Amino acid sequence: MQRLLMTRRGALGMAAGAAAAVSSAPARAQAALEPRLVIITSFSRDVTTPFVQAFEQRHPGTKVEVQNRSTTAAVAFVRETRSSPPDLFWASAPDAFEVMKQGNLLARPQIDTAGIPATIGAQPTHDAEGRYFGFAVSGYGMMYNTRYLRANRLPVPKEWADLKNPAYQGHVGISSPSRSGTTHLTIETILQGEGWEPGWAQLLEIAGNFAQVSDRSFGVPDAVNSGQYGIGIVIDFFGFSAKASGFPVEFVYPTVTTLVPANIAMIEGSKSPNAARAFIQFLLSPAGQEVLLDPKVMRLPVRPETYAKAPAGFPNPFRDQSLGARVKFDNGVSEARYELLNSLFDRLITFRLRELTEAWKAVHAAEAALARSNSAQGRELLAQARARLTRVPVTEAQAADPAIAGAFQPARPDRPAGPRQAQLEEEWDRAAVAAYAEARQLAERAQRAS
Amino acid sequence: MSTTALPAATGRPWRARLRFDASPVQVAAALLVLAFLLAFLVVPVGRVFLAAFTDGEGRLTLVHFGDFFRTSLFRESFLNSLYVAGMSVAVASVLAVPLAVIVSRFRFPGAALVSTLGVLPLVMPPFVGAVAMQLVFGRNGSLNLLLMDWFGVRLELMDGLNGVVFVQALHYFPFILMNLSASLSNIDTAMEEAGQNLGARGFTLMRTIVLPLALPGYLAGASLVFVKVFDDLATPLLLNVTNMLAPQAYLRVTSVGLGDPMGYVIGVILVVVSILAMGGAALLLRGRDYSMQQRGGGGLGRREMSAGQRALAWAFVVPTLLLVLAPHIGIALLSLATVWSFSPLPDGYTLAHFSTVLRETPQFLTNTLLYCGLAGLIDVVLGVTIAWLVLRTRLPGRRVLDMLAMAALAVPGLVLGIGILRSYFGVQLPDGTALATSWIMLTIVYAVRRLPYALRAATAALQQVHRSLEEAAENMGAGKVTTLTHIVIPLMAGGLAAAFVTSFATAAVELSATLVLATRDVDAPLSYGIYVFMQSPAGRGAGAALGVIAVLTVAVCTFAANRLAERERRRRTRQQGTAP
Repeated sequence: MQRLLMTRRGALGMAAGAAAAVSSAPARAQAALEPRLVIITSFSRDVTTPFVQAFEQRHPGTKVEVQNRSTTAAVAFVRETRSSPPDLFWASAPDAFEVMKQGNLLARPQIDTAGIPATIGAQPTHDAEGRYFGFAVSGYGMMYNTRYLRANRLPVPKEWADLKNPAYQGHVGISSPSRSGTTHLTIETILQGEGWEPGWAQLLEIAGNFAQVSDRSFGVPDAVNSGQYGIGIVIDFFGFSAKASGFPVEFVYPTVTTLVPANIAMIEGSKSPNAARAFIQFLLSPAGQEVLLDPKVMRLPVRPETYAKAPAGFPNPFRDQSLGARVKFDNGVSEARYELLNSLFDRLITFRLRELTEAWKAVHAAEAALARSNSAQGRELLAQARARLTRVPVTEAQAADPAIAGAFQPARPDRPAGPRQAQLEEEWDRAAVAAYAEARQLAERAQRAS
Repeated sequence: MSTTALPAATGRPWRARLRFDASPVQVAAALLVLAFLLAFLVVPVGRVFLAAFTDGEGRLTLVHFGDFFRTSLFRESFLNSLYVAGMSVAVASVLAVPLAVIVSRFRFPGAALVSTLGVLPLVMPPFVGAVAMQLVFGRNGSLNLLLMDWFGVRLELMDGLNGVVFVQALHYFPFILMNLSASLSNIDTAMEEAGQNLGARGFTLMRTIVLPLALPGYLAGASLVFVKVFDDLATPLLLNVTNMLAPQAYLRVTSVGLGDPMGYVIGVILVVVSILAMGGAALLLRGRDYSMQQRGGGGLGRREMSAGQRALAWAFVVPTLLLVLAPHIGIALLSLATVWSFSPLPDGYTLAHFSTVLRETPQFLTNTLLYCGLAGLIDVVLGVTIAWLVLRTRLPGRRVLDMLAMAALAVPGLVLGIGILRSYFGVQLPDGTALATSWIMLTIVYAVRRLPYALRAATAALQQVHRSLEEAAENMGAGKVTTLTHIVIPLMAGGLAAAFVTSFATAAVELSATLVLATRDVDAPLSYGIYVFMQSPAGRGAGAALGVIAVLTVAVCTFAANRLAERERRRRTRQQGTAP
């Protein structure tokens, strides 16, 4: 009830509005739904089809049309098509919803969220203004191909730090945070959980083992499923659904992870508001939540009671308090450096992966050689090489500084221009190339000194 | 329609056309073509570019170009793109030239096999091809797993830039093969006999007669391959190669946002390089006359092969075809596989994926046939019209039409798609849907994007019809329409069939613009369906099943078109043989 009142704040007479809402809400639910509902989503067919089929069974008069786009493309599409938009936006990354909310692209439908906890892990389940709604939660971790690990005699990783092991050289994959909202959250979680500089040092050392940096979120689970490489840094449902489809893969949550809601929102100007509202309501209902446990979907529900029906071994964030509890995810920090982080990761890792992995290879080789001899000079050189490979050219303060981070925001007329993005990117790129080349030379000298 | 305009000028006396005038029909045809190109190419792209080349206050600025060339990553991407495009042309030529020569110059029992299978890579959507090639040639693909087992070695075929070259060369070499063998089979036997009478044999004959006469076809194919590879987005992205120009442009536009100018700067550079490449090919051909007076000789004399030659030919053809077919075999296995993970072959086989796609999404197939068939027809009509205006009339500014149409090659599908959305989303169809996202617009976009292929093919076909043949017909009293329908079109038929097939087949696998414009499953074509299916672990098999259906459909169409063209050519040959 409180929520209903809140969402009607904009109405003319508050009391009258509330009364009207109460009396008309059931009537509206009975009212005929529009014949056509258009959903724009980043989710795959595997995920959308079971929900659409279940919804159409309940509402035979409504035909659901699904438009599949990557999250960033979907946001651009909704912005471009403001005059005749799709009805619902359905995706994982909460920041995309935040961007659309800021752009006044989201409507504020009245949705009954009774029975769903207000927070899961450290995150609120729904938007405080009632413009988007969490229908499932996801954590981040590592999925691995069991056949691949066995064939290559590799240990099973448990924590992010395990991925630093030189044994994993060329066996780990990730997607770029600038291309995948979910990877962005993973990287941000690691940086917030470990601290900016230690976080980057860890990332850069793990990156020494990367086989590739994919441009699509799905590129990573696809490569692990087919065995192109053995371990992928992915969102949990990629692992769970691949396993449910029969692939020889497993998924683990490291302790530094965060649970983030996947959301749905009604788009401002929707031509089928009743059907849109009914779909959201269905998604949050106990029946809709059960669809999440479909083997092809495999996402963590937001209703605690749904977990009773989950298969054995299915993680339950309401019972397992350690899941996602270690990191207190700070949305403000994340938002301030969002674009900068994407660009920085691409300059240091994505676009310079070859140089970076070559340098780490040299370091690992020198370490192996030094383990046998004991050369003080070699150790000193190696320490210098490591220092160059794990140093991030931007301090945490700089990353939060609006004058610098501001250059990376999408251009808007109301914002003063900072130092230009291209200039900074060029500096980082040069710094990275120089540091990796130096580190490689140092490591090679260390090996000779051993 | 503009076709009705065709006969007008060809029928005019030679002298009248020397004057700087143009008939109303010519002008009308030119205006119709121009209107189409303006509406669906120039305006959408112009709107996107304008949005990109202005600063926050709408003033024009060049500062973004400075930024581009100051950034080492962009400079490196630029060089990488040139390298990949150049190497792809080289590798594709190594595959295509021997095949074309074998098929056109010799009586080779496997000729039909070569022509049909040579088109198959084109019908494989590049991103599906890349998925399949990862499964077969990837670092833990079937080939490498077997090699590791047997010899303990691994071939890094799919790594980095060379992986892109490998995939692109296998995917695009048919462009060279088709254009070159069309050229070769159009060479008049008389030319070759003349050379032989003058004492030229073997290599000399090849160098002085055959190769120069086949040059237009080879260059048309090679420049297409260069430009396609240079602009291609899906293949590098799927192989995770980002330090090339097109992926950089795409990453900027889709991750930094539509307001980011750098993506459009790269777009302009892509356009410029592509135009330079096409222009360079045209420049090489300038000042030479490649037309031949006699037609219908059935091309070069096909000679018998000695046993050794035949063995050599098979030794080249069979491994090449296996290589070319590897992605198809890979995708076929994937479409039948239960689970395929880190093993040379799938764990088990099932037909479930096919029943899934046929039950849930039959419309993908029918949509593709409809849209791409229409787009191919539009392209043939427009291509012939433009080629005719350029080669046979003195209409002022006719080259502009040619350049505009060719510029479509250099416009990335993504940019065209966004431009179309911006320009036409406000236009409503009678049923209330937006024109920009309707299937009509999808068809038009396919036609615009594939027009360059049809235009090159039509131009090459028309170039080889000597004008004196038309003049002869007119002298004999044939009317304009008769000259066109009895002389020009039949002589061009093979080229036009090639134009249609190329447009159709490549439109069927177009993805970048499709992703922007296809908004509804019910209206979407095959390529979209494959892409959507491929984005999930359980959908990989279903996507592969759709891929197999796409390959089969287009292969059947191509085979039929080839047969028709071949029959038509034989019929003409017979008629001409009895005529004199």
